Amino acid sequence: MTRVWLPAMLLLAWLAAALLAPVLPLDPNQVQLPKVLEGPGAGAWLGHDELGRPLLDRIIAGARTSLLVALSVVAISILVGTIIGMISAWLGGFWDHLVVRLIDVFLAFPGILLAIALAGILGPGIENVVFALAAVGWVGFARLARAQTLSYRHREHVLAAVAMGSGTTRILFRHVLPLIAAPLIVEATFGLAGIIVAEAGLSFLGLGVQPPDASWGSVIRAGTRYMLVAPHLVVLPSLALMLVVLSVNMLGDSLRDRLDVKNTRLA
Amino acid sequence: MLRFLASRILSALVVVAGVACLVFLLIHLVPGDPVEVMLGESARPADREALRQALGLDKPIPVQLLEYFEGLGSLDLGESLHSKRPIVDILAERIPVTAQLALAALLVAVALAIPLGIIAAVRPRSGYDAGAMVFAVLGVSIPNFVMGPLLILVFSFWLGWFPVSGKEGFGSLILPALTLGTAMSAILARMVRSSLLEVMREDYIRTARAKGLGEFQVITHHAMKNATLPVITILGLQLGTLLGGAVITEIVFSWPGVGQLTIESIQNRDYPVLQACVLVISLAYVVVNTLTDVFYAWVDPRIRIGESA
Repeated sequence: MTRVWLPAMLLLAWLAAALLAPVLPLDPNQVQLPKVLEGPGAGAWLGHDELGRPLLDRIIAGARTSLLVALSVVAISILVGTIIGMISAWLGGFWDHLVVRLIDVFLAFPGILLAIALAGILGPGIENVVFALAAVGWVGFARLARAQTLSYRHREHVLAAVAMGSGTTRILFRHVLPLIAAPLIVEATFGLAGIIVAEAGLSFLGLGVQPPDASWGSVIRAGTRYMLVAPHLVVLPSLALMLVVLSVNMLGDSLRDRLDVKNTRLA
Repeated sequence: MLRFLASRILSALVVVAGVACLVFLLIHLVPGDPVEVMLGESARPADREALRQALGLDKPIPVQLLEYFEGLGSLDLGESLHSKRPIVDILAERIPVTAQLALAALLVAVALAIPLGIIAAVRPRSGYDAGAMVFAVLGVSIPNFVMGPLLILVFSFWLGWFPVSGKEGFGSLILPALTLGTAMSAILARMVRSSLLEVMREDYIRTARAKGLGEFQVITHHAMKNATLPVITILGLQLGTLLGGAVITEIVFSWPGVGQLTIESIQNRDYPVLQACVLVISLAYVVVNTLTDVFYAWVDPRIRIGESA
């Protein structure tokens, strides 16, 4: 049971930190030069960063950034990908062929590379990060939704709905979507982990949220310059990131077992 | 086999053309006027016009696309705006450096994954299995930009075994290769384990045991041969993640490859170089994936027969 409860608790902590960040008495951007690079102590549990800002406050602010980006990207990707995938499978023929080719082209870009290029071209900022990651993220959902819709297209209840004269929208959303939702949700949980890492990665490269706003990636990047004197600046935000990603992956695994979805990511 | 080869190469070419189109369109996503973004607001109008003409941005988009493909055909990728050197020359310096890193990372991944996967599969649900799979989950969950700095902290700063960054000799290759290879090895180890577990249930394994072969021989000579196939497919697919991850790893370790060039070109707003980098990395990925498919079909006749039927 610890396989579910431990990651669930960690994720709840992440959610709580992210959602409560605006109401908590935090000063993630308050520069305190006398406290530069100070280690953990009574005043600040996790110490101070290179500008004397409290690290705990910055990690909590970073949690908010990563949650905001991850949820937006997953929501946009799943919406766009599912609609494109379902319609493509339903229409078949030329349009389906076109979508399959488009998916192939997008899959030919190695993971984060296209997102890096897009974020670099569009310029820094959280909206551009969301756009860049969603532009890469919809593909997986489209492929999955298409394959799943194809397999349910000729089921009796769908044929019956067609025979009764239901419209395409009604058939896809009332009769197909509920059946293909489970694998999409499992894909979404793994997607979530990937997006959290990707957002931090973009911020690490300086392509994400801009200073003074905090993201785990940018906090880690700033910390690498002071690693010898203040390793906590790298270790602690890394730990936060790793725990969240690990928890999402573990929950995704048990969700997959529970919903009995075959390993769709390797197929 | 020839028919399979032809169809596979044809579809790879279609994908490459699509990738090139998308890369071409990248520069048109620049908010506002790309020339103004590249040169800065203080640039003289004459300079702007010159650059606009040099990049062909004054022509209609279909014409630009055509010229772009013509350039690709003759291996002319234009000039870097920053260093004024031909982009092909810059890439020729950077590609071997990245290839070296990718190859070393691949070696690390395979060297870690195969023993771990075998140990886990031979003793399923044992302590070894659990340990190997914990490594696998951890490996997947630790991003490059976390792994890299942590390795630097321990092995460069505290132990002083390897240089912190840069590319000077063999020692400087170890930490970047470990960083890049570990994540891949985690996924591979999982694949080796599940694939081997499946194979170990086959009749010919029982036969091999029945004729008195030792367990080691059964695994190395009979089971691994067949279990390797799905592993190679994953290896090919994972190379994309590896190449993408190389961008971040190269930044962490100041490794002067294509990945670092990508980020430099973004910082310098040197978009032609950025386009070339994205194109080259994606091309490498498509080529490797096609080779993987072909190799797979060559080893396992069922694939190519299934494809042409």
